[in-house]
Amino acid sequence: MKKSNKLKKVLLLGSGGLSIGQAGEFDYSGSQAIKALKEEGIRVILINPNIATIQTSKNFADEVYFLPVTASFVEKIIAKEKPDGILLSFGGQTALNCGIELHKSGTLAKHRVRVLGTPIETIIATEDRALFVEKLSEIGVKAPRSTAVSSVSDGLNAARKIGFPVIVRVAYALGGLGSGFCKNEKELESHLKLALTYSEQALVEESLKGWKEVEYEVMRDSKDNCMTVCNMENLDPLGIHTGESIVVAPSQTLTDSEYHKLRELSIKVIRHLGVIGECNIQFALDPYSEDYRVIEVNARLSRSSALASKATGYPLAFIAAKLVIGKSLTEIPNPVTGVTKAFYEPAMDYVVVKFPRWDSEKFWNVEREIGSSMKSVGEAMAIGRKFEEALQKAVRMINPRVSLTEHPFAFTDLKKELERPTDKRIFALLSALEQGYSVDEVFKLTMIDKWFLYKIQNIIKMRVELKKQLHGPISPELLRSAKELGFSDRQIAKCVMGKDDFKSEMRIRGIRKKHSITPVTKQIDTLAAEYPCRTNYLYLTYNGTEDDIRPKKKGIIVLGGGAYSIGSSVEFDWCCVECVKTLRKEKIPSVVINYNPETVSTDYDESDRLYFDELSLERVLDIYDKEKPSGLVLSFGGQIPNNLALPLSKCGVKILGTKPKSIDIVEDRHKFSKILDELGLDQPEWKELTSLKDAKEFCFRVGYPIIIRPSYVLSGSAMSVVYSEEDLEEFLKKATTLSKEHPVVLTKFITEAKEIDMDLVAVNGEIRAYAISEHVENAGVHSGDATLVTPAQKLYIETVRQIKWISRKVMRHLKITGPVNFQFLAKENKIKIIECNLRASRSFPFVSKVYGINFIELATKAILGKKVERADTRAFDLDYVGVKAPQFSFTRLRGADPLLGVEMASTGEVACLGEKVEEAFLKALLSTGFRIPKKNILLSTGGIKEKTRLLDYVKKLREKGYSLFATPGTADFYRKHGIEMTVLHWPLENKEPNVKDFLAQREIDLVINIPKSNEKGELSNDYYIRRAAVDFSIPLITNAQCAALFVEAICLYGENDLEVKGWSEYLDSEE
Amino acid sequence: MSPKQHSRARLVLEDGSVFHGFSFGFPASTSGEVVFTTGMVGYPQSLTDPSYRGQILVFTYPLIGNYGIGDSSRDEHKLLRNFESDHIQAKALVVSEFSPDHNHWNSKLSLDEWLNEQKVPGIFGIDTRALTRKIRQRGVMLGKIIIDGDPGFYDPNKENLVKLVSRKKPLRLGNGKHKAIVLDCGIKYNILRQLLKRDLTLKIVPWDYDFTKEDYDGLFISNGPGDPVTCGQAIEHIRTAIEARKPIFGICLGNQLLALAAGAKTYKLKYGHRSQNQPCISGEKGYITSQNHGFAVDKKTLPRGWKELFFNANDGTNEGIIHGEFPFFSAQFHPEGSCGPRDTDYLFDEFVKLMENGRK
Repeated sequence: MKKSNKLKKVLLLGSGGLSIGQAGEFDYSGSQAIKALKEEGIRVILINPNIATIQTSKNFADEVYFLPVTASFVEKIIAKEKPDGILLSFGGQTALNCGIELHKSGTLAKHRVRVLGTPIETIIATEDRALFVEKLSEIGVKAPRSTAVSSVSDGLNAARKIGFPVIVRVAYALGGLGSGFCKNEKELESHLKLALTYSEQALVEESLKGWKEVEYEVMRDSKDNCMTVCNMENLDPLGIHTGESIVVAPSQTLTDSEYHKLRELSIKVIRHLGVIGECNIQFALDPYSEDYRVIEVNARLSRSSALASKATGYPLAFIAAKLVIGKSLTEIPNPVTGVTKAFYEPAMDYVVVKFPRWDSEKFWNVEREIGSSMKSVGEAMAIGRKFEEALQKAVRMINPRVSLTEHPFAFTDLKKELERPTDKRIFALLSALEQGYSVDEVFKLTMIDKWFLYKIQNIIKMRVELKKQLHGPISPELLRSAKELGFSDRQIAKCVMGKDDFKSEMRIRGIRKKHSITPVTKQIDTLAAEYPCRTNYLYLTYNGTEDDIRPKKKGIIVLGGGAYSIGSSVEFDWCCVECVKTLRKEKIPSVVINYNPETVSTDYDESDRLYFDELSLERVLDIYDKEKPSGLVLSFGGQIPNNLALPLSKCGVKILGTKPKSIDIVEDRHKFSKILDELGLDQPEWKELTSLKDAKEFCFRVGYPIIIRPSYVLSGSAMSVVYSEEDLEEFLKKATTLSKEHPVVLTKFITEAKEIDMDLVAVNGEIRAYAISEHVENAGVHSGDATLVTPAQKLYIETVRQIKWISRKVMRHLKITGPVNFQFLAKENKIKIIECNLRASRSFPFVSKVYGINFIELATKAILGKKVERADTRAFDLDYVGVKAPQFSFTRLRGADPLLGVEMASTGEVACLGEKVEEAFLKALLSTGFRIPKKNILLSTGGIKEKTRLLDYVKKLREKGYSLFATPGTADFYRKHGIEMTVLHWPLENKEPNVKDFLAQREIDLVINIPKSNEKGELSNDYYIRRAAVDFSIPLITNAQCAALFVEAICLYGENDLEVKGWSEYLDSEE
Repeated sequence: MSPKQHSRARLVLEDGSVFHGFSFGFPASTSGEVVFTTGMVGYPQSLTDPSYRGQILVFTYPLIGNYGIGDSSRDEHKLLRNFESDHIQAKALVVSEFSPDHNHWNSKLSLDEWLNEQKVPGIFGIDTRALTRKIRQRGVMLGKIIIDGDPGFYDPNKENLVKLVSRKKPLRLGNGKHKAIVLDCGIKYNILRQLLKRDLTLKIVPWDYDFTKEDYDGLFISNGPGDPVTCGQAIEHIRTAIEARKPIFGICLGNQLLALAAGAKTYKLKYGHRSQNQPCISGEKGYITSQNHGFAVDKKTLPRGWKELFFNANDGTNEGIIHGEFPFFSAQFHPEGSCGPRDTDYLFDEFVKLMENGRK
């Protein structure tokens, strides 16, 4: 590199709020990039509104902007910061798209900002299908036959030429959004209509359904050295998005010839395209020959590259960042071994299985079929030395209460389930093979390579063997074989004792240990033991006889958060990482257990030892036995580790911080209630009931609406609100079975109340630091979906005082040491406790970063028994405000009603800072993809109460010059109050002008649809409007308080009035 | 795969360590030198690679046999399509797990059936990572698989293994523009396929065959098993060929024989290179290579006029030599892949180019 070109300062684009198709993997890649660049002495400026990420932590990037990753904001930051270069490949599709826009508008050239790594022309060539296919044909590489179309009729013509079935694809899409298979013209027509709403161009392609899907992760440096880090095979054939598929690494069913043919093609294509850094290439491989197609190239870090990195131990994102700034693979030392170079291809001596995590239960009306677009919200990665072992681990990781052999799912139409897979795919495969379908039959219906099916059959056979031993003695040989095939003690207990409770599990554990049937620790060293390595990246397996390492120094075990799901996401990873960092500062060896490949906590350089393994009682005890640590911390990983508190402590594990008994009290509704009564603290009325009669009586006494939480869910969402006795009856009939074994909990739903979150750190029951955040929405919206404001701006001093008093009382009574989260309801100055979690919560990173006080560091010190000073209360009195807003992924969840309720629906969050609530709120909304409306706004504002509440705001919109459209009732109401608006008829009515057409033609810039109640009903007009807004990418507001704040915000601020100010600038203004 | 159906077996190493497992394939005891390969694919190719002659092969990848064994069809040169020689060369196979249930469009047999057919024993249920770590720490060791009686240890390096794997009579293959002598020290079929693809006439000769007086455009020296110093006659012939100044290209053992003929020395590596991910550097460029060798050229002993062409990025060992003036070069790795990557198959083109230049 020439001296004049030396990089001093670079801009790194983050990926924003977590959404389906773009999740925690970019926190991993961005964090690694920052580390790699800082090592070279380069200043890094980061733009990412995702406040819960590790990359936006203090002392990491040199400056952080919690602002939208959009061209206009990035340009302002470029003008202000004057960076030498910009990195586009570490922030997912969001960063890539933003970079292309900045390039096309000439912004990058104007400010003389170099795109580092893969040239922008290459990025464009990989994103534009036509260009891409042309590039491939230049070197004689095959792509699926396809035609680019921009109208439905062109699409139909193209399909006739190619022949059905065809697949529709959309350019510039996150995780294949809008893509889908079409068997006939009718299906194609409806698909194209939708696809063309996302993009001006769609592709109609030959269908390769049933072909194997294989990907390679490729690295190339500026000296043209090129290699593949890893290949991965999807268990499900092409047609099911790789994000929806079980993925194995390395490939299992490819011969040497196939493996290396595709590898060679990967390198050929990547060289021809001119990628510099890291990229992913996907192939379709004919299951009956060596014929192939190149499906796509992602010229950036991706979910697959994060997986490949964790699967092999190769620090892919870190090395990619070095390549991007001009280093070569042959000169960069391999940080894993310390002795070799970055230029080599890892050899694995284990098998990795990635399993997707879906959360369909959380959505009303969502399609459960899995296909060519992604719906999963997270994933788990399991490591074993047998496929069966890794697969069984993976299934338990996704949901610790479910295992491959002991699950509650029954299928009425197995054949259909196999042909048209849903999120219960793996259980359907197992059921089919169990019920006598042959491997050949299942193969014909699914096209899943028979090798995988044979392996699943091995699991079934073992279960049959185990069941033969019911109530009899189990031989050590059989027990060992079952463990080698990945059976947990609980699964074995269920088979041989008929029960899988704590006692039975412990009996199996006892038998196992008596016969010395215990797992061994193996290292992931990237070289299959060929060279010595320094890595402490570990997993446990029963397919081995010798531990690779024996821990020398006593450490502290920190339990991670597991697979991301709705409600448990990157926030908890941030908490775990901050805990580990604090341990490091205190010079205590840290041992992390976690299994989520999208996380920073599972990075090779974060902890002293990392066990990439299950967060189950069994596995944590196994690791505890080996590590003999000085203690275990479980308050930072969310609910999965929290649930282990009691059983672990029963087994003699030393749990640091809050006592498991206290956790049990708070988690047990009955026990906690009793304590609140003793302390004279109020909570909404509730009761656990087992009969319809009692339920009706309770509801009648306390009055509707009522929140219902069944303990057993048949269908639909787990939690719901009922507004009348009919509602109640219907819900209890449809959604659950009511019995002594399966009671429901009914809680009075208090309407028109304010909801308040309090995060705090306590030592021995004394509060050392706290943060109070208020919800913008009234109570009834799940706290994870609510818009949070901190410091709270609109609370009475009296309310704040009461909250402090209540929380102190509870803390002192339970003598808590560690992180705590409270949720309160405030109505007419009366405070009720609705929830208390004796662990870190989702909002810990938010409040920590807004106040510049690391709550996790304090909590970790508290847990360790170190001195924690009481935080200066002045620190909580800020000159600015932080607003956290939810990031939804409704566009991907076809059919789901984008309505907010008591079940959480958001997949991520963003938070921004501003001088006023309105400024921070508007920045936050823009960060989630919202746009400030230009002209037309559609109103449909619910019942009379809501309409009245919004009257002043609707007036303001009109005064601001917006053209207002409304459904008939809404229009009537506001016209009566002298506000001009155009009536549009309900979508299900056949009258013109109709809402339907205005939405489809995108005449509307914003939809404010306030439902009459929070009832989730049949396919109503309201549902249609909301769903159409989502499908046509029109900003949508469904909550009256949010609508009001939004109107205030856009009346005060235009986009250019929003201040472009770095995090440190806000924090410094306080000093 | 239930261990119940398989009899117990054990692997005993010369340092006395014992690994317990189960027998599969041919149920008979055997012994040899225990080596490991970290390649994740290509067990049919590895097992039939003549360079593994006399060795007990350990796969570090735990799942072997997934895609079965391909058919025994032959190409137009009568070379087996799916293998690297006519039969399994390794003495035995050590794995963590083998797949009795296999699946691939080209699969005809299971690994188990194939081993049985070829009378080669296998042992599974072994902690191959622990075994590999032991070999890495202590160096390559002799070992025996005990199934039906103790066979005693056998040291293949005391034998002239090349003599065992080399062809006995010359053979002419192909009908192309240039004529190359191929010195068969245990040549892999894919090397022949690569050469034949490039418009050559090959005269494949036994390892000790005196080709020096024949008319040819280039000399190719093949891979092969064991210690190169046991190939005295071949080295003599190559030395004479060097005087003729005609193009010479060597692979693997061929690299060592060329070096010895030039006057350099070779030595035994602690545990060899057997894998598909070995990074080799030439100038500023790096290549991922497939390797299978236990000996190496001592680069410090290269005589004047010779240079190192490639070195190993992991341990700095020699991976190829080239003459500064005359058309001689060789690679320690396998540019033909099979199994393994084919990043360096351009070396075959280089060889052909040199022959072309020689003609001009």
